[in-house]
Amino acid sequence: MPTLIRRQDDDQFILGDDPFTAVADDEGLPPGDVIISFTRFQAEGDRLLAEGRAVGVRLEPAEEVEALAYDLPRIAVVALAFPKYRDGRAYTAARLLRQRFAYAGEVRAVGEVLREQAGFMVRCGFDAFAPADGASPQDWAHAVHRHRHVYQRAADLRTPAFLEREGG
Amino acid sequence: MYQYDAVDQEFVADRAREFREQVARRLSGELSEDQFKMLRLMNGLYLQLHAYMLRIAIPYGSLNGRQMRRLAHIGRTYDRGYGHFTTRQNLQFHWIKLRDAPDILDQLAEVDMHAIQTSGNCIRNVTSDPYAGATAEELDDPRVWSEAIRQWSSLHPEFSFLPRKFKIAITAAPKDRTAAKVHDIGLMIRRGRDGQLGFEVIVGGGLGRTPYVGPTITEFLPANRLFSYLEAILRVYNRHGRRDNIYKARIKILVAALGAEEFARQVAEEWAKIGPEGDLPDTELARIRGAFATTVFDVLPAQSEVFEAAKAADPALARFARNNLRPHKKPGYTIVEVSLKTIGDTPGDATSDQMDVIADLAERYGQDDIRVTHEQNLVLPHVRLDDVPEVFAQLQAAGLASANVNLISDIIACPGLDYCALANARAIPVAQQIAQTFADPDRAEAIGELKIKISGCINACGHHHVGHIGILGVDKKGEEFYQLTLGGSGAEDAAVGKMLGPALPYDKVASAIDTLVEVYLRERREGERFLDTYRRTGVEPFKEAVYADAH
Repeated sequence: MPTLIRRQDDDQFILGDDPFTAVADDEGLPPGDVIISFTRFQAEGDRLLAEGRAVGVRLEPAEEVEALAYDLPRIAVVALAFPKYRDGRAYTAARLLRQRFAYAGEVRAVGEVLREQAGFMVRCGFDAFAPADGASPQDWAHAVHRHRHVYQRAADLRTPAFLEREGG
Repeated sequence: MYQYDAVDQEFVADRAREFREQVARRLSGELSEDQFKMLRLMNGLYLQLHAYMLRIAIPYGSLNGRQMRRLAHIGRTYDRGYGHFTTRQNLQFHWIKLRDAPDILDQLAEVDMHAIQTSGNCIRNVTSDPYAGATAEELDDPRVWSEAIRQWSSLHPEFSFLPRKFKIAITAAPKDRTAAKVHDIGLMIRRGRDGQLGFEVIVGGGLGRTPYVGPTITEFLPANRLFSYLEAILRVYNRHGRRDNIYKARIKILVAALGAEEFARQVAEEWAKIGPEGDLPDTELARIRGAFATTVFDVLPAQSEVFEAAKAADPALARFARNNLRPHKKPGYTIVEVSLKTIGDTPGDATSDQMDVIADLAERYGQDDIRVTHEQNLVLPHVRLDDVPEVFAQLQAAGLASANVNLISDIIACPGLDYCALANARAIPVAQQIAQTFADPDRAEAIGELKIKISGCINACGHHHVGHIGILGVDKKGEEFYQLTLGGSGAEDAAVGKMLGPALPYDKVASAIDTLVEVYLRERREGERFLDTYRRTGVEPFKEAVYADAH
């Protein structure tokens, strides 16, 4: 079974199994849990869920996360695509999923996912990563924990500097 | 000067350590140049024509003597003994070796400095008024807001991969010294009718290929709601800004495509959803305000006898006083502009020795405070009038006493083809030729305020669009040509200059400027600057004279 880097609640990173098969729009559906495009989900989602499968949806950067809002409770994974590392739209999508829609399922980063982005991704609420650069969970943890302080509130639980200072 | 606390220091130290690891991975070959590119660009390291260029952040153009001395040291140790102050109030070193870059960042971190977000598609160094805290014109100290934005934008998790770079300017004075209207966001501090502090928010100004003076999308934003509002603007931009063409990726293109009203509506809608949760607590703003070292001023008479006597005895000092001193909010003090436009030198360059002199002067006579202006000069914001003769003498000895601030030889120029891989034409030698043409200081003073800005290519780093006279280098079949524009301004009367006519060859530029100036002197009415005369007469008399000469 393919693997993913997963973030755990204690902010550690492990290699975890990936039970989902990513299926392109022109491919037939294999049995089991699948991640499909939003278009395909609109057409076939109800049927797949009725079959008792877990279903994930892949969102491209131009697809608005708001369109998924009503379906979120039944979606197991939202896979946000980075066609290029420098396309930063998925960071916004992840934050909105977590902070505006209180989505509790998996938010997965797919595409050109590099360890140097790990810190930003975790802060925006991603918790599963399919790295394109062969990074290990150790690399991931190292990148994420490199900075002792953060200056902003985001979708993670890190205490921003302005609150840290109040405490100190 | 904002005093770093342990959080700020550790943040910068962590960043320097991270970059050291990344450089090690590049030097060992684990990373290719292409993979490394994104990492070095996040730390201000560019690969230019001859070497690496390191751009060091001088947040809102503010630094102290110790920091300036450290920059001098870096210039001496790792570069060729000089540095280049930029139109974004930063400092660039143009001859850096990759293996030295981590040491340089460590050296910067030791004095609370960094190169974070001086490149890349992120929120860049905030531009602010170089006279902040010294001018009587301001409603509030814009540095407090600038520092709060510096922190909020540093490694912002959502806004570090924007469609394109993003620049914010803040001014609190009616006279705009930040070019706020040609920034991605311009914030102008205002006071509401009830005395409440707030911002006029201008979005979508910019230069480059498609220059715009930005429209106001909010007349009055309460000051304590700034950060949620910035988040809303950045989020709308991050989601909807174009990513298919880098020349259409700046926020100005989005604002122009949607129209200012529709853009403002989208921002307002997003802002309502974010709510006050996105704002910085008042306690933190108060802490930042308190972390600016308080400046203590003596009670002095408004006029200094020492200074008046020295001026009467030394015409050079009198000239310096006329052109380089600005009124200070406290009697007996003045703001001193130090021109980095010595005729014949490269605009914005300072040697390490000169930086040391400035550091000494700031510490001894200037409350340990130095500013960099977006017009590439330095400022000692708090000097006693009594001390001006001594400061002037030391500046003179260091070759820093050019009395030409805002005059025709106070030219902004990008590095141009001498350094930059993007340039079509040289910029610095053109600036030098023009400065030579107007080397006579009496004539320069008679001409008065005239802002010439030169860019070596359409990316407009020299801000030519907002020059009273703008000069743009273009390539015509492998030869350098220069397009002149007239009537631009980056100040509160912001406007984009209009093209004068066909581009001129390299060796005709300085004489064309001379002709333009002659037309102005002939046409001007009492009290008019070049810009005012041009705006009254229109382009015709200028055009006629320049192209009549060309025949």
